[in-house]
This record gives sequence, C-alpha cells and structure tokens, in this order.
Amino acid sequence: MSQKELLSARDLQITIRRLACQLIENHGDFRDTVLIGIQPRGKMLTQRLVHILHNEYNVQHITSGFLDITFYRDDFRRNDKPIEANSTEIDFVVENKKVVFIDDVLYTGRSIRAALTAVQDYGRPSQIELLILIDRRFSRHLPIQPDYCGRQVDAINEEHVVVSWSELHGNDAVLLKNQ
Amino acid sequence: MSGLSVNHLLGIKYLNEADVQLIFETADQFKEVINRPIKKVPSLRDITIANLFFENSTRTKLSFELAEKRLSADVLNFSESQSSVKKGETLIDTVQNILSMKVDMVVMRHPSPGAPIFLSKHIDAAVVNAGDGTHEHPTQALLDCYSIRERLGDVAGKKVVIVGDVLHSRVALSNIFALKLLGAEVKVCGPKTLLPKHIQSLGVGVESNLKQALEWCDVANMLRVQNERMVTSYFPSTREYAMQYGLTMDILNGLSKEIIVMHPGPINRGVEITSEVADSDQAIILNQVENGVAVRMAVMYLLASKINR
Repeated sequence: MSQKELLSARDLQITIRRLACQLIENHGDFRDTVLIGIQPRGKMLTQRLVHILHNEYNVQHITSGFLDITFYRDDFRRNDKPIEANSTEIDFVVENKKVVFIDDVLYTGRSIRAALTAVQDYGRPSQIELLILIDRRFSRHLPIQPDYCGRQVDAINEEHVVVSWSELHGNDAVLLKNQ
Repeated sequence: MSGLSVNHLLGIKYLNEADVQLIFETADQFKEVINRPIKKVPSLRDITIANLFFENSTRTKLSFELAEKRLSADVLNFSESQSSVKKGETLIDTVQNILSMKVDMVVMRHPSPGAPIFLSKHIDAAVVNAGDGTHEHPTQALLDCYSIRERLGDVAGKKVVIVGDVLHSRVALSNIFALKLLGAEVKVCGPKTLLPKHIQSLGVGVESNLKQALEWCDVANMLRVQNERMVTSYFPSTREYAMQYGLTMDILNGLSKEIIVMHPGPINRGVEITSEVADSDQAIILNQVENGVAVRMAVMYLLASKINR
C-alpha cells in the first residue's frame, strides 16, 4: 500500500482558513445561514470552521449542526456501505435559511444527494451550498459540484483520500492511499 | 459491514449481546427521527411488510404499523377474524398466498408457541415474532430494556423484578432472556400458582413477598393478569390478588429508594397496579410505548438490510 501526502498539517490550516474567509464573503454575519456537517466525516471540518469564524473573525452567532444521512442512502441493501447510523444533531429548523453542507471528500456525490433529501425533513431552506475539503474530480455519478473547495484531486478508483484530524487521529493531514 | 447475526427475529434466545446493542444504537437514531417535525425516512421504500395477527392486539399492531410507515415500507394488514383462516386454511397456505404477492417481511403474532419459528423454516421472507402464545415477545423485551437503559443509563448490573402472571407471559420470558443477556439481575415475584416450575433454571431468583422484592430492585415490571389464558382458577379472587401483588402508592412511598415502574400494557387499573402509580413520575409506561416504535424501526431496518435483491 502506497500513500502520498496531499495536504500537510500547515496546508490544511491554511486551506480551512481560506474556506472560512470565503464563507464570510458570501454570508456576512451568518444571521440567516446555518452550517451543517455531514456525519460522520464532515463533523470535524465543521467544528474547525466554526472555531475559526468565532475566534479569529469574531462572528458572534453561528448556527451549526450535524446531519446523518444513513437512512436516506440509495445503496441500502447493496452491501457496500455501513448500515450503522451516526447521530443527527440539528436543534433548529432550516426554513428560509441559507444552508451550507460541509463534508471532507466529495466523490460520487451520492452522499450529498442523500443529504439534500434528508435536510428537507427540517424545513425548506432558501438556498443550499456545498463546502468540500477535497474534491475528487471526474468521479461524479450525479450532477453535484461544490461551491467552496479546499483542493481538487485527480484519483483513480483504487485510491482513496483519507483526512486525519489531530483531535481524532493524532495529527492533521490529508493523504492519498493506494490499496 | 457489521449487522445482526440473525435473519429473523424469532426470540431473544437467538440473539447475542452485540445484536441487542446494535439494535439499541440504531433505535437511538430512530428516536431522534420520530421526534422531528417530519417523522419519516425513506430507508425501506422498496420493502413490503405483511402484519399477520392471528391473535388480537392493539398496541403492538399499531406500533409495528407506525414503525413500518415511518420507514416508508408498504404495509399489508391481516387479522384472523376477517380472513379465510376461519374457513380452515393452514398457516403455511395463508402465508404462502400472501408471499405470492411479493412480500419481503412478515410480522406475525400467533397463539401457538413456535409458530414464527415454523414459518421461518418454510418461507423466504424475514420473520419478526410479535408474540407467539406464551413463548416469546422479543420486541417488547427489547423496548423494555431500551427504556431501562434510557432511564438508568445502562441495563448491566441493574436489579429487575418481574411481578405477576409469569406463567402465561411471553413478555416475562423474553424479558428474562434479554435482561440476563445484558447483565442485569432478575427476580420473579407472584403467587406460586402463576410462577412456572423450574423458573430458577433460567438463572432468576424467586420471591413471593412483593414488598421484599420491591425493596431489592431498581426496576419493577408489573405484568398483566392474563385472564383470557387462564383455564382454571389460579388465585381466589381478583381482590385478593390486588391486595397481595397490586402495586400501590403507599407501597412505593414506603420503599427506602425510588424505583422505576414498568408495565407492558394493557393495564388492569386497580389490579396489578393502581391508577396513581400508573400515572406517577416513577412509571415509564408511556415512554415504553414511544420507545417501542423506535426499537421496532431499528429491528426492521436491520433485518431489511440483510434481504438481498
């Protein structure tokens, strides 16, 4: 198994800070905006973004939550994805809000398709955007593209992108692994 | 991918601890779903489930049906009183006919112990036992344990007493299996005529004095006196039963610690439990009903994940 570093700890910090700034450009004081991390892997990125927005750019009120899409997947009973769900933590309604979905890697787009269905259970958002740390280009099954993108990567199917977070895995890094 | 170790839910006896924990963890997520403004997920939209009730039921049938609808499954309802069973059709024939209509899962309640096990050996669909005679009622035991876990944090190490008509109770048997599997201590309490012989062989204690049993326990599960299953007289009168084994506020208040009171329903108010107790804060009877939907959603979701197209 070989692996290549796509982003170092420092690169990751810079990229997340840029994504935070791009969010501020479009969402100002975040009054009508909610940030929703897609469980499980979008959760850490969401928390980092909220931390930066709050502490470094003094954005006072940010509404954020985490959405689990397990029960909305289109590959249920096709035996290639886990059936165990994570918790959804959304204690607000998204009616007329600008929603930003946050996830670590955009690959086929099927998770985001499921998230688009799932979020409807919490109201009708006025708009939905997508923020992605790593965009695996040319691998989409559905017409879904990110609005904010950390880094674009060309990878073949045998390769996969692994994002590790210091809070969970001991160090910050984005790796491309070949199995 | 980890899933259940079984393809049918026939009884707690056939599950292992990991299965039960997986069901509980999945039920946690479904509990969040059923408390949303929109209480529905599309997971089972291509699954058809037949509810076959060869015996009367209100709560369990509604709970299963609601759970199925919350999962977006298509639902067929069958009850014996309005069917060809009255004309002499056998169980297998009835079910095979229903399965010819392309049904993926069968939820069955039947007065004969073992009927779901028999069925699971003869048909392709996943079978969920919704109560078979005096044998097992696995989803009730799962929701009871889930409710204990929710209220007390864990089932392991807790002391649970099952009071009343243990002899005729499938709830009692499934509860004993589930509680023991999860590491709880279990005692049964009731008139000797309503306790099965050799019940100790299941690893449970026997106590004939209600107050002593309640003083020992953290949770009391008060069973209904099942008059409809009693062919002879098991105790002198309902009044005497209520005096010896009925749970009153006076008894609860006289205990040295606060305990939790459960009841699988339907309640005979004034017999096994008084109205004040049933409506008190210590009773989690309505939480059990709510959790029943979440637990049944989890069971059917996890079983459906094992059905291959």
